[in-house]
Parts: sequence; structure tokens; C-alpha cells
Amino acid sequence: MAEAAAVVAHQFDDAEQQRDSVSLGMWLFLIQEIMFFGGLFLGYTVYRYKYSEAFRIGSNELELAWGGINTVVLIFSSLTMALAVHAAQLGKRKAIVAWLLATILLGSVFLGIKGIEYTHKFEHHLVPGPGFHYEGSHARQVQLFFSFYFVMTGMHALHMVIGVGLLAVLVWMAQAGKFDSAYYSPVEMTGLYWHFVDIVWIFLFPLLYLLGRDR
Amino acid sequence: MASETTIEQALPRKHYLNASYGVKSWLLTTDHKRIALLYLMTVTVFFLLGGAFAVMVRLELLTPAGDLMDSETYNKMFTMHGVMMVFFFLIPAIPAVLGNFLIPIMVGARDLAFPRINLLSWYVFVLGGTFAFGAMLAGGVDTGWTFYTPYSTTYANTYVIATAFGAFFAGFSSILTGLNFIVTIHKMRAPGLTWFRLPLFVWAHYATSVIQVLGTPVIAIAIVLLAVERVFRIGIFDPALGGDPVLFQHLFWFYSHPAVYIMILPSMGVISELICCFSRKKVFGYHFIAFSSVGIALLGFLVWGHHMFVSGQSVFAGMIFSVLSMLVAIPSAVKVFNWTATMYRGSISYQAPMLYAMGFLGLFTIGGLTGLFLATLAVDVHLHDTYFIIAHFHYIMVGGTIMGYLGGIHYWWPKISGRLYPDMWARFSALVIFVGFNLTFFPQFVLGYMGMPRRYHAYPEEFQVLNVMSSAGASILGVGYLIPLVYLLWSLRYGQPAGPNPWGAKGLEWLTPSPPPTFNFDETPEVTEEAYEYQKDYEKQRGKEAPVG
Repeated sequence: MAEAAAVVAHQFDDAEQQRDSVSLGMWLFLIQEIMFFGGLFLGYTVYRYKYSEAFRIGSNELELAWGGINTVVLIFSSLTMALAVHAAQLGKRKAIVAWLLATILLGSVFLGIKGIEYTHKFEHHLVPGPGFHYEGSHARQVQLFFSFYFVMTGMHALHMVIGVGLLAVLVWMAQAGKFDSAYYSPVEMTGLYWHFVDIVWIFLFPLLYLLGRDR
Repeated sequence: MASETTIEQALPRKHYLNASYGVKSWLLTTDHKRIALLYLMTVTVFFLLGGAFAVMVRLELLTPAGDLMDSETYNKMFTMHGVMMVFFFLIPAIPAVLGNFLIPIMVGARDLAFPRINLLSWYVFVLGGTFAFGAMLAGGVDTGWTFYTPYSTTYANTYVIATAFGAFFAGFSSILTGLNFIVTIHKMRAPGLTWFRLPLFVWAHYATSVIQVLGTPVIAIAIVLLAVERVFRIGIFDPALGGDPVLFQHLFWFYSHPAVYIMILPSMGVISELICCFSRKKVFGYHFIAFSSVGIALLGFLVWGHHMFVSGQSVFAGMIFSVLSMLVAIPSAVKVFNWTATMYRGSISYQAPMLYAMGFLGLFTIGGLTGLFLATLAVDVHLHDTYFIIAHFHYIMVGGTIMGYLGGIHYWWPKISGRLYPDMWARFSALVIFVGFNLTFFPQFVLGYMGMPRRYHAYPEEFQVLNVMSSAGASILGVGYLIPLVYLLWSLRYGQPAGPNPWGAKGLEWLTPSPPPTFNFDETPEVTEEAYEYQKDYEKQRGKEAPVG
């Protein structure tokens, strides 16, 4: 079915209708994602307003260097993703594969660094729950900050993992020669998803790491 | 009666039902019509399950003493009734069954935009149902279908997480269905089918889909947070750790109030089709009905706080939510007035689907108007968490959604199955359901007004007469629901062949044979007129003479 030609599924009249539909569908999916993360951002905002001092203390416990490096890594991964889409538009199979692999690598670096940060939090007893231990004022609310830190970055990381999985499938498809300059929707759509996940981080980083930081 | 006698008795024709055989051809199908039937079977099972829990509730409430079951079992019964009915029947019923079957045909397409995602949505739905049902078999859940914290996160010892994830998956399935509908309606309309030539059923589903895509993710994240809090003992909603249980209520109702419109809007779409067809008239005020659907969808997002008037939210917020809630009455009333005006001086025939539609009009009006009582801040403080609320939302959800669902099933059954059912039985069951419904739920308005609270298995003796009336009505209602199950199944084998258009109705779905071929149309139809041009046919019959009205 998927020869290296414009593949039009039976329900569509032509390739253009298919491309438009797929693109609209992806945007709707991303809107849905915004509402999903929106619930988290809402909760964060409510508590940040209520307990601004505790959230400031919590922010200071995060490792700015690792967070900053990760931000740069993700922005670069967006660049390589965009280059992969560009290569797909030109129908350059080897370039698609190369840029996709670069994106996977950067995504994995991000997840690795996130793992290091999580481990440090674990060692410092800053993981919320019965094992949470913080010497200082506002301990309960600081724990609340860390609850949000873990849920928000955890949900983001889960989306990254899914994204890396999708990219791996794309690498396989590109290797098999399923894309050409007339048909590359899967690459483009995964690109949209990847950029979306990046943008979520662009909001998470200042909210969690930077706001109210002393040093 | 403009029924055409078109009985095709020629060679066995290929259609979507006999195109291929075997379990695999159904479980791996991407045909929207077959997926609709998969959904039909699944939601029917869930409906019967939810109904069984309702039977237990009504049996317990026959007597004032809590004698049939203890209070904890009773808590589980009403919780599982609510969870099953809301998440696994009412929300998917009309969109996933009738919408799935009809929307591609109504827009003149071969299938939905994403057939495989459509199939995926069914599997995700079944997965959710399995979670919820598994939790029920394992011992049930007792939080109420609302999963309020901190009870659900800290104190309940029942299967909260499994049930909540059941709702989570059902929601995911609902998002995928909505997404598919929006893209299909935007991108796949037949030539000549402009937005304002679309049947109002499609408009209603478009509005519904917008809610599904925008609202459902919010309850998804609320459920995730609830599960995380319960599993890891962290305090997002737990006051002991500085959290706020009311935040959960906000997130929950931000979806669950619009979810009421996910239930009622598709039903309203069905009613528009039925009333036009059986009044033989063009709909009165097409644009008003179309935009009122969109209006309800948008306003519906701004009223969630009316579930929380006594939760401790600020009085100012309460006042704003009160006013906004009353605004929703406007587009709803626009619809009811326009349907009534459509029937005015129409040539009305009282076939079974029309009886359901007229039942809808009466019941929805009562449900809607009592909603205004509840939207009024001061009155709600008295009526909150009483049987008045129960009666009100059952008038909307059962009297509105299920009447529309059954009306739609009866109207399109000949198209879906290719067979006619016995009309007398269908009219009889519509009547039984209407009588049974009112006997069940009207006494509950009185009970609530007198102060009987919801969610208790025992009550003072002076409430018994009304409760017995309600339970008696429920048994009549139950019989009313079982009758169609019997004759519709009967019709699959023994019913007369329906022909392409047994009602003499307008719309693309009636131009294609019953049951439709796999790709719906032999060639893509071209649309040259607006929806519901019933009078044009009349004029053609009468020559140039202008019709009455």
C-alpha cells in the first residue's frame, strides 16, 4: 500500500484533501493537549498565588544548570526536527534519517539529564510522599511545590518518551523509503508534536526554575 | 403520508453488513457503520448494567428503613449506577452510535477522516469499560460518580483508581471521536454541501465535538492528579498538606458540566431531524438552531461553578456563575420554540420516532426549567444535594438524552438494519417509557423540595409514599426499555425490508440503499438544495400551487 508515491486513503478524494485533514486533525490533537497541560498550569498558578514564599523556596532547591542545559538541548532538538521535516519535503531519504536520529539523541539526552535531576531530588528526600523531608519553614507547602514539579515535569517527560518512540517509527519508515516529496505527512505531524512538547518545556522551565530565584 | 413503495426484491445486494463475514471482519473493521454497531452493542451492555444498579437503588428505597443492604453497599450501588450511565452510556451513546453511523453519510463521504483512529477509539472505550467493570466485580467503588476529594484520595477503601482510569480511557475515546467528527465535517463535505445546507444533526455533533476535544482533557488531568495523590500519598488536593479539595471540584466540573451538553446536544440534533420529517416541514429558523448548538457549547464552559454554590467559593463567583447559568437557558429555549414553530401547521404523523421526539420536548422543557430554579443562588442553597437535583438531571439526561437516542434509533433503524420494526409496538413502548419516566422522577421533585437528601439508604417514614411511586415508575420504565430490545432484535430476522427511504425523509442518508453499501454511495452525491426541503416535494406534487403555511 505504502509505495513511494502519494498515498491517498480510500476515504479521501485526493492527496490535498488528505493533507488538509491530517493537518487539522493534528492541530486539534494539540489543542486537546493544551487543555490537558492547562489543568496542571492552573493548579500551579493557584498554589503559587496562595503560597508564593514556599514556591520561591522550592524553586531554589532546583538545579538551574541542569535545567538550563536541558532547555538548550530541547531547543536544538526542535531545530534538528525542523531540518528533518525540511529534508522530507525535499525527499532526501538519508538526510531525513540523519536528522531524525539527531533528534532522538537530543531527546534522550534531555531525558537522561531529567533522570539525574530526579535522582538528586530522591537523595535529598525532596520526593513528595511519606519519605519527604525538608528542614525549614513552610515544609508542607514546599512539598506541594515538589508535587507539582514532579507531576508537571513527569507528564512532560512522558510526552517526550512517546515522542522518541514516534521518531523511532519514523526512522524505520524513512529507511523503508515510505516518504518522498509528495508524501511526508507523518514526519510533518510528528514534527508538530515534537515542537509542542518543546514549547511546554519553554513554559515549565521559567515557572519552576526561574521565578523568584535568589541566585 | 408520502411513503414511497420501493421494495427492492431483486438480486442479493452487497452492503456493509454482508460485505464480509466472521468475527475478524468486525473486530478489525474500519468501516464507520460497523464501528457504530460495535459501539451500539457495547453501550447497550453498559446501559443494562447501569440499569441493574438502578434497580438495586430503587428496591432499597421502597422502605424507609435501610433493610435490603447496608449503607456502604448502597453507596456502591448509586456510584456504579452513575459511573456506568454517565461515562459508558450517556456520553458515547448518540455520538458514537448514531453520529458514527450517520455523519459520514450525511456529509456525503465514504468514511470518517480517520477510520483507524475511529476503530482505536472503540478499543480504548472497551478498555475503559473493562477497567470500570473489573473494579465493580472486584468489590466496587463508593465515592459517587464525582470522585470528590479528599474522600476519594484519602479515605475511600474501594477501587477508586481502577474506576477513575476507566473514566479516563472512556474520555480518551470520546476525544478521538470528537476529533474525527470535526475534521470530517470541515474537510469532507460533498460538492455543494455548504455549512448552511448541513443537517442540524451535523451541527449538533460539531458543537458536541468541540466540547469533547476542549473539555475532556481537563478531567483527564484531574483524574491523573487524583490517582497520583492516592498512590503516592502526596497532597495536591489534600488540605493536610496545604492542598485544596475545591480545586478538584473546579477541574472536575469544568469537564463534567459541559459533559451534560455532550449528552444533550446530539439528542437535540436527532430531534431536529425527527420533527422536520414527521411534520413534513422545513425547519423553522435553521440558523438559530445551528448557532444555538454552538452557543450552548461555548456558554456551557462558563457555568461549572453552579455545582459548587455551597462549596465555599466566593459569593461573587457564585453570582457570576448563577447569571451565566441562566444565559444557557436562552439558546436551549430557542431550540424548543423553533421546534414547536416547525410543528405548527405541519402535516404531523405520530409514528414511533415522532412520539419519542414529542416526549423529549415535554421532558426536556421540565428538566430545563427546573434547572433555572437551581441556577438561582438562593434556591440552590435549599435544594442542593436533595432529590430535586436528582429529578432535574434525570429529566435532562434520561428524559432528554435517552428519548432522543431511542427516537434516533427508531428513525434510522431501517437504514441501519434494512428492516422495518412493528410500529404499533414501538409506539406502545414510547408511551410506556413516557409514563414510567414521569412516575419515576416527578415524585422526586416533591421529595427534594420537602428536603429528602440524595445518597442515603434510609429516610423518614413520611417520604415513603412518594418513594414507592418512584420505584413503581422505575419498574414500568424498565419494561419500557426492554420492549424495544425485543422487537428490534426480532426485526433483524423477521422485519419487512425497509427500502431506501421508508419515511419519505430528506437528507443524503435516505438517497442510498438500506443498508448502505460499504462506501456509503455508489457515486459521490452532489447537493443542490438546503436541508429539509419537504415543502418543495409538496409543491411538485401540487404543481405551482403554493403550500399552506
